[in-house]
Amino acid sequence: MKSLWQTALVALLLCAGLNPARGAEPIRVGSFLAVTGPASFLGDPELKTLQMYVEDLNAKGGVKGRKLELIHYDTGGNAKDAVSFVKRLIKNDNVDLIIGGTTTGDTLAVIPDVEKEGVPFISLAGAVEIIEPVKKWVFKVPHTDRMAVAKIYEDLRKRGLTKVAIITGDGGFDKSGREQLLKLAPQYGITLVADESYGNKDTDMTAQLTKIRATDAQAIINFGLGQAPAIVTKNIKQLGITLPLYQSHGVASKTFIDLAGDAAEGARLPAAALVVAEQLPDADPQKPVLMAYKNKYEAKHGPVSTFGGHAYDGLMIAVAAIQRAGGTDKAKVRDEIEKTQGFIGTAGVFNMTPQDHMGLTVDAFKLVEVRNGSWKIVQ
Amino acid sequence: MLEQFFQFLVTGVTVGSLYALVGLGFALIYNASDVVNFAQGEFVMLGAMTAIALLNAGLPLPLAAIAATLAAILVGLLLERFAIEPAQGASVVTTIIITIGAAIFLRGVALLLWGKGFHALPPFSGDAPIRLGGATVLPQSLWVLGVTVLLVSLVRAFFNRTLLGKALLACSFNRAAAQLVGINVRVMLRLAYGLSAGLGAMAGILIAPITFSSYEAGVMLGLKGFSAAIVGGIGNPMGAVAGGVLLGLLEALGAGLISSGYKDAIAFLFVLMVLFFQPTGLFGHKVAERV
Repeated sequence: MKSLWQTALVALLLCAGLNPARGAEPIRVGSFLAVTGPASFLGDPELKTLQMYVEDLNAKGGVKGRKLELIHYDTGGNAKDAVSFVKRLIKNDNVDLIIGGTTTGDTLAVIPDVEKEGVPFISLAGAVEIIEPVKKWVFKVPHTDRMAVAKIYEDLRKRGLTKVAIITGDGGFDKSGREQLLKLAPQYGITLVADESYGNKDTDMTAQLTKIRATDAQAIINFGLGQAPAIVTKNIKQLGITLPLYQSHGVASKTFIDLAGDAAEGARLPAAALVVAEQLPDADPQKPVLMAYKNKYEAKHGPVSTFGGHAYDGLMIAVAAIQRAGGTDKAKVRDEIEKTQGFIGTAGVFNMTPQDHMGLTVDAFKLVEVRNGSWKIVQ
Repeated sequence: MLEQFFQFLVTGVTVGSLYALVGLGFALIYNASDVVNFAQGEFVMLGAMTAIALLNAGLPLPLAAIAATLAAILVGLLLERFAIEPAQGASVVTTIIITIGAAIFLRGVALLLWGKGFHALPPFSGDAPIRLGGATVLPQSLWVLGVTVLLVSLVRAFFNRTLLGKALLACSFNRAAAQLVGINVRVMLRLAYGLSAGLGAMAGILIAPITFSSYEAGVMLGLKGFSAAIVGGIGNPMGAVAGGVLLGLLEALGAGLISSGYKDAIAFLFVLMVLFFQPTGLFGHKVAERV
């Protein structure tokens, strides 16, 4: 009997002892990502990154003495699911903020709900429409396709090339990229002499490239994702075309070089600094951030991708904003995210303003070239 | 212009022979059991992915290719034994649905084993393009063409000249009658699944250096191979081959001469037209169903 009392007493003391810690409610970070489905190569590293860093922050004592709790749903890249998951995050899970929306489709679909309910939302998708026009509660961290196009056109201008052939896939990323290519061309004095397309699951693009070969194009731009750009690259070599080839940031991963092999040599593309982290000069303020993220991710999950880096940027910007706001009051956190200045992330240096809810400039992209089977920064 | 046209033809024939190889597998199983095996594309994927995995494990390419083909044959046999055979006597539609389930299952297993990324097999004999007139061809395309011709002739000889092949055909014409004359229908069915899995795997290995492979690579190839098989008249192996090449040519010419955006639309419109005007396919035999 005595031992029972003792146990009860100990239990009571333990509860009392734990109370101060339990009193602080966890910070609830909501997330909806396309971890499966066609965009899984984006969503998968994003989720792994979020999980890794939430664990890490908690091990270090959390934010403002409060633990982080990650609540995640997998949309499979389906915008309809994204909408219902976001409703659930806001209404049932009472999240303090949302980081997610792997694809542009997922992100755009949930904006009306996020705006209505007033929850800070940091999107991990690419298209410029997400932040243009500015929406009060919506922010984004990845570079836009417009910046990628601008970076490519800048380089073309430097090389004095004006006649360009473009070839794009049939996915959302590809189409949005194509629109930007068409839109920005006049500003840079570029004439598009061919505008070809292919299906993202096609196995051969030589027919389209043969047409391009017959034009007087001086360079080829391929905007796409997945294995198709690698096939385009191989087909170009097969047809004996020697024009300079530009790819998009969508293929800025080692997989592209592995798949396209020798044919990828000399191909240029705009990429986040993460893929060339080691080559940055030591004085570059981004280098320590990039190396830390890269080493941490690669120790646990294998080769790093820029997409996981976006999740890191989103989470860290949010954490910094919560720290500055001194709590999770949604309006205050929103204001603080908007005031993000000089934040060094994996995508670049973020300087947000009420007019710019992304805060990156074209300089955040590095123009890289494939040389000897790896990326080299083009000076 | 002529040079361009020639390149389109070369492209079309290369792509077409890929479709033909996949279509051939469809025709084999259809011949033996009247069932369209929707896991055919997955056999193609399994062949490619297993070969890549074995190659990365250090096996030389020829050995990896043979082992991968054998592995796929084993999967085909297991599929027949544990998914198709228990449903013996079920309607054709039920069996087709089982094959769809099997396809999803195989895709899931591949996803767990090899992840979501794309993988490539090195080309068998180099990457340097060969010039043919004004057109260029990859050595790997010649491998695809050559092996397709070889496999097609073997399959043809098998059905026309061997007792086993004729027995297999007999099962498709009339299962009960075949059984009555002493053909072991169950063994024939296993044979058909094993064979078409092996064919699919070889197709996968051959095309992996050109198209790359991933856990879901079988879906699109399966669809195109199936189209090839129905255009040619499903159940006719030679028809499937002709259908595949025709489909490939249409795609290439459509993309090259009309518009790359409508490439698939042109090819599938053709499939629809064939089904409208010649429902049994271009080379299918007329079937009279007795009520």
